Amino acid sequence: MQKKPPTDAFLQCDGCKKTLFRNDFEQNLRVCPNCGKHHRLSARTRIEWTFDEGSFVEMDENLHSVDPLAFPDYAEKYGQAQAKTSEKDSMICGTAKLQGKTVAIAVSDFSFMGGSMGAVAGEKVARTLERAAEMGVPAIVFCASGGARMQEGLLSLMQMAKTTATVERCREAGVPYIAVFTDPTMAGVLASYASVADVILAEPKAMVGFAGLRVSKQAGVGKVPDDFQMAEYGVAHGMIDRIVHRKELPAVLTLLVETMGAGK
Amino acid sequence: MAKSYKEWEQPLIDLEENIAKLRERARREIDPSKRIAIENLAVEYETRANHYIEVMYARLSPWEKVLVARADKRPYTQDYISGCFSDFLPLAGDRRCADDQAILGGVAKLNGKGVIVLGHQKGRNIQERQVRNFGYARPEGYRKATRLFEIAERFKMPVVTFVDTPGADAGVEAESRGISEAIAASMLKMFELTVPSVSVIIGEGGSGGAIGIACSSKVLILEHAIYSVIAPEGCASILWRAADRGADAAKALRLTAQSALEFGLVDGIIDEPKGGAHRDPIEAATSVREAIISALAGFEGKSGAEIKAERYAKFRAMGIFGE
Repeated sequence: MQKKPPTDAFLQCDGCKKTLFRNDFEQNLRVCPNCGKHHRLSARTRIEWTFDEGSFVEMDENLHSVDPLAFPDYAEKYGQAQAKTSEKDSMICGTAKLQGKTVAIAVSDFSFMGGSMGAVAGEKVARTLERAAEMGVPAIVFCASGGARMQEGLLSLMQMAKTTATVERCREAGVPYIAVFTDPTMAGVLASYASVADVILAEPKAMVGFAGLRVSKQAGVGKVPDDFQMAEYGVAHGMIDRIVHRKELPAVLTLLVETMGAGK
Repeated sequence: MAKSYKEWEQPLIDLEENIAKLRERARREIDPSKRIAIENLAVEYETRANHYIEVMYARLSPWEKVLVARADKRPYTQDYISGCFSDFLPLAGDRRCADDQAILGGVAKLNGKGVIVLGHQKGRNIQERQVRNFGYARPEGYRKATRLFEIAERFKMPVVTFVDTPGADAGVEAESRGISEAIAASMLKMFELTVPSVSVIIGEGGSGGAIGIACSSKVLILEHAIYSVIAPEGCASILWRAADRGADAAKALRLTAQSALEFGLVDGIIDEPKGGAHRDPIEAATSVREAIISALAGFEGKSGAEIKAERYAKFRAMGIFGE
């Protein structure tokens, strides 16, 4: 019987279905060398690959949901997500450096309940934007979310208002706020703090949209364009500034920080 | 579980129809003793109907609240505008590409003073529903709202918004013109205001489409209105793959006015006339008018900076978590 290669050494790209060497794939920052699909990253990996080595100082790390509505199965799902990801909730925040310049950052983790925004994620975004305003440094937020966390009911809808309000703080303080849309950036997150950033970058082919495709098709008339709700579609319709390859992101963010922000 | 308001209210409608028929019969009856007998019967039916309304509306389940909030007989934004203000002049257009009829807005007078007023508008008949897009506002609607907020700020006019939408338009066209950005920009503009603002959730406070025009200094909600992060059917379909479990989702989501107040996410509940706002739209509008006037009175003598800071602090504190 032929010996199978250890599965660890290979993986299949779910974009082009091609089998890839894990080593090549990792070296390429989990971008498929064949089709260019940017695979999802955990928040911690994202931070490690974007900001100066060892510069990340995590803050507000103990924030956690208390299941305020006693929503059916939420506590159980929440516990499972914590066990799976070793994170407390879907958002990580703190300060980090880009070429030595300090920035306030918040990074969403899609693998934690679809990156959904409940009170914790909302609070962390709000604190990050307030922190940027207070410190006089740029704010950078990486989005990766299906939208608001419905298990927290109206409280999660209010996170849209709360996070958007704090964007005003950055504007008043004159610090730039940059959002990076990664796969996916949807619904309540897109329709709040994400869309009112000073500059919006996106990873190639990230899904970016207001409602799930099924809902949009139901509500819309006619055919859905092939690139519908992709970052490229957002660029074509004037909603996103630039598509940036993962490899280029640190350099592009640094340039924005250097040109727009005082960055300490 | 009743699926529609009509189905749920049918016993009451039957009773009310019977009362009307009896009154008609009594009016035509020539024999005085018979007439009195029929009238007495009508009074008895009326007592029963009133009792029925009292019992029904005193203990509405979350799902029944959903049905009442969506009832097509309920007063809409236009009804409250004409009942609360004088000299309303609609203003139109987003100055970019279109005018969205799902959001109605303009200038009006409240106690003789100028205010900006706007809100989601649903339609009463099929034609109007289509024109109003069933209250699903498009990007142009939120951009019109943003424009009106700017006018309010420039000319120091208080803002009043009425919220009544199942949600924002999620179609391809709306997406292509940036529905998400339009909602976010409208919220941001509301937070920039140095004039006081009041929002009243009069029916359905549906998700992002609702909060897009509800970031106000004071947020009030009608007794039987709902306010929710997602439509209960949508929630049930995502969580349990069963859209018909809307009643369970409505309960879990705590989408009633009473829950919103309990969690401190609205500032007050406006009582509705017995049996719901649609049974006495004039009384409902009067209560709403009084509530708006008293909410705005609370800002007299406050500086623009104070008004803005107060609004910020209120929304900033929303969210329950452990640390």
